[in-house]
Amino acid sequence: MILFYLIAILLGGAFLSWMAGRLSAALPRIISLVALTADLILIVAFVLQLDTLNNKWLVDLNADWIPKFGISFHLALDGLSLLMLILTFFLGIISIIISWKEIKVRVGFFHFNLLLILAGIIGVFLSLDLFLFYFFWELMLVPMYFLIGIWGHEKRIAASFKFFLYTQASGLLMFIAILALYFVHGRSTGVYTFDYMQLLGTQMGYTTELLIMLGFLAAFLVKLPVVPLHNWLPDAHSEAPTAGSLILAALLLKTGAYGLLRFVVPLFPSASVSFAPIGMLLGVVGILYGAKLAFAQTDLKRLVAYTSVSHMGFVILGVFSFNEIAYQGVVMQMIAHAISTGALFILAGQLYERTHTRDLNKMGGLWETAPVMGAVGLIFAMASLGLPGLGNFIAELLILLGAFKANVFMSCLASVGLIAATIYSLRIVQKIFLGKKITDWKFNDLTIREKIVSASLVIIIVWLGIFPRTVLNTAKPALQKTLEVQKENNNDNNKTESILDLRFKN
Amino acid sequence: MEKSTFIALLPAIPLFSFLVLALFGNKLSRKATGFIGAGSIGIVALLTLIIATEFFHSLPQIKTYTVVVWEWINAGNLKVNISFSLDSLSLVFCFVITFVGFLIHLYSIAFMAKDEGIKRFFAYMNLFVASMLILVLADNILLLYLGWEGVGLCSYLLIGFWYKEPANGYAARKAFIITRIGDTAMIIGIFILFITFGTVNIHELMQLASAKWASGSSIAVITAALLLCGALGKSAQLPLQTWLPDAMAGPSPVSALIHAATMVTAGVYLIARTNMLFSLAPVVQFAIAIIGALTLLIAGFSALAQHDLKRILAYSTISQIGYMFLALGVGAWSAAIFHFMIHAFFKALLFLGAGVVILVLDEEHDIFKMGGLRKKMPVVFWTFLIGSASLSALPLITAGFYSKDQILWFAYSSESGSLWLWIAGIVGAFLTALYSFRMIFIVFFGESKTLPSFNAGKLMTVPLVILAVLSLIGGFVELPESFGNFHPFSKLIENVLPVVLIKDIGNLEILFQLLSAVIALTGVYLAYIIYFKKPSLSASFNHSHLNRFFEKGWGFDKLYDTLIVVPVVWLSEIDKNDFFDWMNIGLSKLALLLNSLFSITQNGKLRWYLMSFVIGIAFILTFMLYK
Repeated sequence: MILFYLIAILLGGAFLSWMAGRLSAALPRIISLVALTADLILIVAFVLQLDTLNNKWLVDLNADWIPKFGISFHLALDGLSLLMLILTFFLGIISIIISWKEIKVRVGFFHFNLLLILAGIIGVFLSLDLFLFYFFWELMLVPMYFLIGIWGHEKRIAASFKFFLYTQASGLLMFIAILALYFVHGRSTGVYTFDYMQLLGTQMGYTTELLIMLGFLAAFLVKLPVVPLHNWLPDAHSEAPTAGSLILAALLLKTGAYGLLRFVVPLFPSASVSFAPIGMLLGVVGILYGAKLAFAQTDLKRLVAYTSVSHMGFVILGVFSFNEIAYQGVVMQMIAHAISTGALFILAGQLYERTHTRDLNKMGGLWETAPVMGAVGLIFAMASLGLPGLGNFIAELLILLGAFKANVFMSCLASVGLIAATIYSLRIVQKIFLGKKITDWKFNDLTIREKIVSASLVIIIVWLGIFPRTVLNTAKPALQKTLEVQKENNNDNNKTESILDLRFKN
Repeated sequence: MEKSTFIALLPAIPLFSFLVLALFGNKLSRKATGFIGAGSIGIVALLTLIIATEFFHSLPQIKTYTVVVWEWINAGNLKVNISFSLDSLSLVFCFVITFVGFLIHLYSIAFMAKDEGIKRFFAYMNLFVASMLILVLADNILLLYLGWEGVGLCSYLLIGFWYKEPANGYAARKAFIITRIGDTAMIIGIFILFITFGTVNIHELMQLASAKWASGSSIAVITAALLLCGALGKSAQLPLQTWLPDAMAGPSPVSALIHAATMVTAGVYLIARTNMLFSLAPVVQFAIAIIGALTLLIAGFSALAQHDLKRILAYSTISQIGYMFLALGVGAWSAAIFHFMIHAFFKALLFLGAGVVILVLDEEHDIFKMGGLRKKMPVVFWTFLIGSASLSALPLITAGFYSKDQILWFAYSSESGSLWLWIAGIVGAFLTALYSFRMIFIVFFGESKTLPSFNAGKLMTVPLVILAVLSLIGGFVELPESFGNFHPFSKLIENVLPVVLIKDIGNLEILFQLLSAVIALTGVYLAYIIYFKKPSLSASFNHSHLNRFFEKGWGFDKLYDTLIVVPVVWLSEIDKNDFFDWMNIGLSKLALLLNSLFSITQNGKLRWYLMSFVIGIAFILTFMLYK
């Protein structure tokens, strides 16, 4: 039942915050903080009392919901979703803290939306019923639309529209695919169900499998995002309030990556393998094209948004490499990118709060004014370029290594992304903190509240870089299982051969 | 506690002091900062000494100390530990890093005394020493890569230390990006090694490679070439050498420690460490020799044309590392390491000396605005003279003679050596003597043009004197066969690295030594004539086009700008707004267009509606009747 409580606490907190917003501005903040902290403590305490993390499912909750249509309330937790849950609660807390001073209007409604998004996200990470999954997938969307549209920057309305249309359209494609899978499975077995465990290994023709998979891919690849379906992201990220950008970059994008690992690979074992060369190519294009655009931006938040496109390219590359090293890298990238990009958006928010601009050409020489902020910015720029010792390095190393096993050419091309990342990351540091002062701003360095947030993020990114085994060992059983299921059900390996496929042959 | 666990302390101590300075720096006084910053390196130097004594005692039974600190990565079949191992090769590097490093840290206390960023400076310097020690002590290639990138970061931070000047930031980024290009090639090489052999432990990798890969096989050649790219970037060798002269934007102690004594020789370390791989790829190894020879010549000519004191030394460093690469290329492993050590002594000395000169002349870098400093600052003069003599390899008395001479001899006499390589080396030696004494005569002799504003204190001069002594006597740990025949250094190194193979050409070594001694002395004499006695002789050359060409580093910067930088910037400029976005704009335009089209039908006129109603019915009826 713990999984149900996790979601219920957030939903309860959301409604309480909304109502409490009428009484005072501080109350919703405190309620949300309490709800998220309670969830974090609950999940950590639960994990600590487990004897082993090696079971496939650490806890499994399966209750009937609409039995007539084979829809159940099926939630389950494994190592992968556990990591995502902890990440969600932690960054949820961070996003409440950073909005403490930034959000001044309709505070209650803001926190209502925030908690609703988070509830949707953990629902996505936990659902093992495709109908339920789709329900949570949609639950994330509407409150995010409000978050951008109400509390965003100047061009917020257009940005929120774009975000909504992209996600909604691709989500519908996924819903059609879910229904198709439901009927295909029902026809072949007579059991009509949305249950993930039962749908695994559904027998279907190759074309059917490919078409259904494309429906799922549409939703996940748009969310991730993949070039050329990424255009909602720079707008949404740069126009959202800081907490919105943080949740978008750090958590929402990860639901796409999670979907690929949890659903696409095991449910469509043959189709996903035959899609691999294209998938890897999309990853590489994302890495390089995202980096190229990041380099050209002058709006700090837009720049960071494009670095996300680039970093998520690594995720796609890793997912379609189909080996454990790459998958470990993907999980690591999901977490490390959440922390590092989240931190950069927080930095952008802090700068905006002080200077009221996001224009890099107006900044410069700020190290002198705010050395602590500079040091934090430097660390996360380094994380972004993949400096060893920080979490992102482990992620990119494992992905490239795994991809190298699968396809030498793609991996080498993707490695060029490391150089590109160096160029744009150093540009961030230079433009903001170094060089001559362009505008003579007088402002305070980080406050205690901001220092606590930044310090916790720094500690985590360093921890991930030098003790990555915390994450790797937790994710291991789930990832091995995923690959096993994929290999078992992939009945024809011959389709993997293609022109783009240059396997490493020794 | 096992004795070998002490080696983990070597990188741990400076890392700790870095953390202290980074976290509590603003609570510390300047004095305390210097004390912690330099003191921690002093402790590490002492610790190195203790470990070295212990190590020599256990030789030859135990040749490697290894310690595993914790499990770092465990994913699939990739298992990597944070673990260190120390053998004679890493010991030599540790010795140079900690001792020369300590002297430079001491000097920096005085050098940076008035700088507002002193805490940042010592924090970065300590982090650098820690990373460098990780690099040379790592027992697996991924941990080595961690140290490798760590020193790159510190180099970036320290080149751009005076961050308010945009040019410094540019130089720092240039250094980082160019070395990262090499590093990316290197990490691909590491991928190949891991995927082929399933381990990242350097020792195991080398054993497996020599067991499983045929000599000259394409995979060995590709892997060696990729690792070489990393080494070329870090060690500023052709064609990735352009960042080092600009790196002089950093404070002089930084140039001394990072861009002369230690970090730039990381490439030499990498090649020496993976020597078995290069032996499997003779083509690549020969390429190393060629690259070394070309680099030492190109940089030598450039050094001769510079006006900026530190840039002379920078080109000189590139040129001297060229010698080390030449030695590596002909398989004279221990000669390369020997020259690395001696070079660290005299080049650190020269940079620190140059630092004093520049500091007391109020940031004057141009040697033609200096002059006559011999009387005004005798300690600096004499130590600088010793450093230059050692750099020029003046015979018998200087350490540089013994180390460089060994390389020149092996360039000819080793199995893959040739006369051409020797000629390149000897021309380089002549250039070295010429540009070294050009500095001496122009800076310290003649009439004085700028007066020193103050005198350097003991904290700055004592390190100079110690390094000067080392630059003289350091060479006596290895004497050539022709006289002395005393080889403790190469014996030590040969515990780890192969012995150089000599062609059977008889005992000509003494002849070659005489020749190189004469060449060096001629270089000094020529410098005396054209830069001191009759400056008019060099004046015409100073303004020639050829001189400008050399001064600008043979146009490499310009070449890379046009070939790479300009296209990349152009590419990012033309598509700033992301042309994929046109898809969305087009879609919304289309929607608006359709909207206006269809809204024509909504005109509110009843007969219009009735008309379309009738036409619709007519259509349906026709369709139904004729079906």
